Amino acid sequence: MNKNYMVSLIAVIVLFLIAYVGAAQGTGLQMVFGIIFPYLAILLFIVGFVRKVMGWARSPVPFQITTTCGQQKSMPWIKQAKIDNPSCTGGVVARMALEIFCLRSLFRNTRMKLKSGPHLTYQLEIFLWVAALAFHYAFFAVVVRHLRFFTEPIPCFVTLIENLDSFMRAEVIYDAIQVGVPGIYMSGLILLAAVTYLFLRRIFLPQVRYISQAADYFPLFLIMGIALSGIFMRYFSKVDVVSIKELIMGLVTFQPTIPEGISALFFAHLFLVCVLLMYFPNSKLMHFGGIFLSPTRNMAGNTREVRHVNPWNYPVKVHTYEEYEDDFRDKMIEAGLPVTKMPEEQA
Amino acid sequence: MKDKKIILVGVAIFVVVVTFPFWYNLGRSAPAPEVVLTPKAQAAEVCVMPTEFMKADHMKLLDVWRHDVVRNGNRIFVNPDGKAFEMSLSNTCLDCHSNTTEFCDRCHDYASVRPYCWDCHIENPKGE
Ligand code: HEC
Ligand code: HEC
Ligand code: HEC
Repeated sequence: MNKNYMVSLIAVIVLFLIAYVGAAQGTGLQMVFGIIFPYLAILLFIVGFVRKVMGWARSPVPFQITTTCGQQKSMPWIKQAKIDNPSCTGGVVARMALEIFCLRSLFRNTRMKLKSGPHLTYQLEIFLWVAALAFHYAFFAVVVRHLRFFTEPIPCFVTLIENLDSFMRAEVIYDAIQVGVPGIYMSGLILLAAVTYLFLRRIFLPQVRYISQAADYFPLFLIMGIALSGIFMRYFSKVDVVSIKELIMGLVTFQPTIPEGISALFFAHLFLVCVLLMYFPNSKLMHFGGIFLSPTRNMAGNTREVRHVNPWNYPVKVHTYEEYEDDFRDKMIEAGLPVTKMPEEQA
Repeated sequence: MKDKKIILVGVAIFVVVVTFPFWYNLGRSAPAPEVVLTPKAQAAEVCVMPTEFMKADHMKLLDVWRHDVVRNGNRIFVNPDGKAFEMSLSNTCLDCHSNTTEFCDRCHDYASVRPYCWDCHIENPKGE
């Protein structure tokens, strides 16, 4: 047992219970969890996010950072790694796109192992990348799908994602459970599986456990809680979807209402999402904004080609060698020192 | 600095995307759809199961019905009040709710669900 993840787990369970028990008390607390917290959360999310990014934008960047993974542009006969070490904007855009859409840095994940004697080997450890990719794309699909509750009429890209997401049909019927109508969305299950893997990885790999803190476990548990409660509502306990949409549409059209008959589980689900949004700008989750500003990825590695001057350099007064020689030429010649320019009359 | 301008553009895009639901629905209000009951349903007063249950769980009920009919060959459903119904989508549900466009579809359009049942089952058995 490890106090870092126990604390996070307990925090998420307590948050869930607060909303679950609270919303069961009646309309008063349902207004708190269904209207006040959502507005507060979206406000804190946007303001916090923008402040954080603008804070980064204000940070000084005194020099070009060239931590790269390939050969910089050099002599014509030396092959340049055009994407790993770009010398122009096009290359930088390609490198950033690969990073943002394919999480390329995670693909480089390697694991060190001692193999047969004192030979250290590095192996490709691909599962972090696979799980992270699955996680982020599934999360994206889930968010887009949820727009069906936030829009009326529902835009076509939402229905498109819904259709793609539910193309796999599976039906399970036993006495106790029934799953399959409404159709199964893959993204929710993939999201849960990936986030579970990302959590287990932190527990079972000693090196990763060593560097994991409560701030790493908390968002994982939070997302797990959101996914579990969502899956439970869709496939098992069933909720009144139409009233829920009425509530959400009330929020986004600034005419908030609390319709009758919404189950407390929904309020708990919504509250966990609100907590995620409020927590977001103050946490490691800001890598969402940060990835665009990662200095080792978004600058061209052209330090040999272009002189990068620190923008706030004080204009230093320099005294060049030529000026120095002009000042002391006579004395230098007298002392027999070589000079680059002979005085006129001696020439 | 020129980077700051690019970052500002990025932040502006972020804010526009995140507030999408607010400006997309601007000036509109989207109350829950009104479902219309046919005279036959009004006469019956109650659905197969209590209304609360029907609102959230009707697809579950339909799935269980289908399973009972197709797999178990059992066509009669007895509800908790002891009333018996034939387990049939078109002959039972759409007998009372023959106005699918004003009943089933209104909710389904609002919630963006497109049941595939009508690929095979008749949506409008009474031809109204
Ligand atoms: C109160 C609004 C409402 C009414 C009226 C209604 N439905 Fe639904 N129905 C829903 C909602 C909401 C869902 C989707 C639930 C979800 O997405 O989790 C749904 C889902 C379904 C599904 C599963 C769809 C899928 O995803 O495969 C079927 C089948 C279905 N309804 C049949 C009917 C029939 C038949 C009628 C008319 C007799 C009807 N419904 C009337 C709200 C309604
Ligand atoms: C005997 C006639 C009858 C049959 C058969 C019937 N219903 Fe109903 N249904 C009603 C009545 C009446 C109501 C309205 C109850 C109320 O207002 O409390 C209703 C309400 C509903 C609602 C809730 C609508 C809302 O938002 O108020 C749904 C969903 C629904 N029925 C679906 C079905 C489905 C699916 C079937 C087939 C399994 C079915 N009904 C069969 C009469 C019937
Ligand atoms: C591929 C075609 C097909 C699709 C799609 C389909 N069904 Fe059926 N369904 C059948 C057939 C065939 C039967 C058997 C009819 C019988 O024996 O009376 C049946 C029977 C049923 C029955 C019981 C008998 C009756 O008269 O209704 C129910 C209830 C039912 N289906 C519900 C559904 C629901 C709900 C959906 C959508 C989620 C659906 N079905 C989609 C073909 C289909």
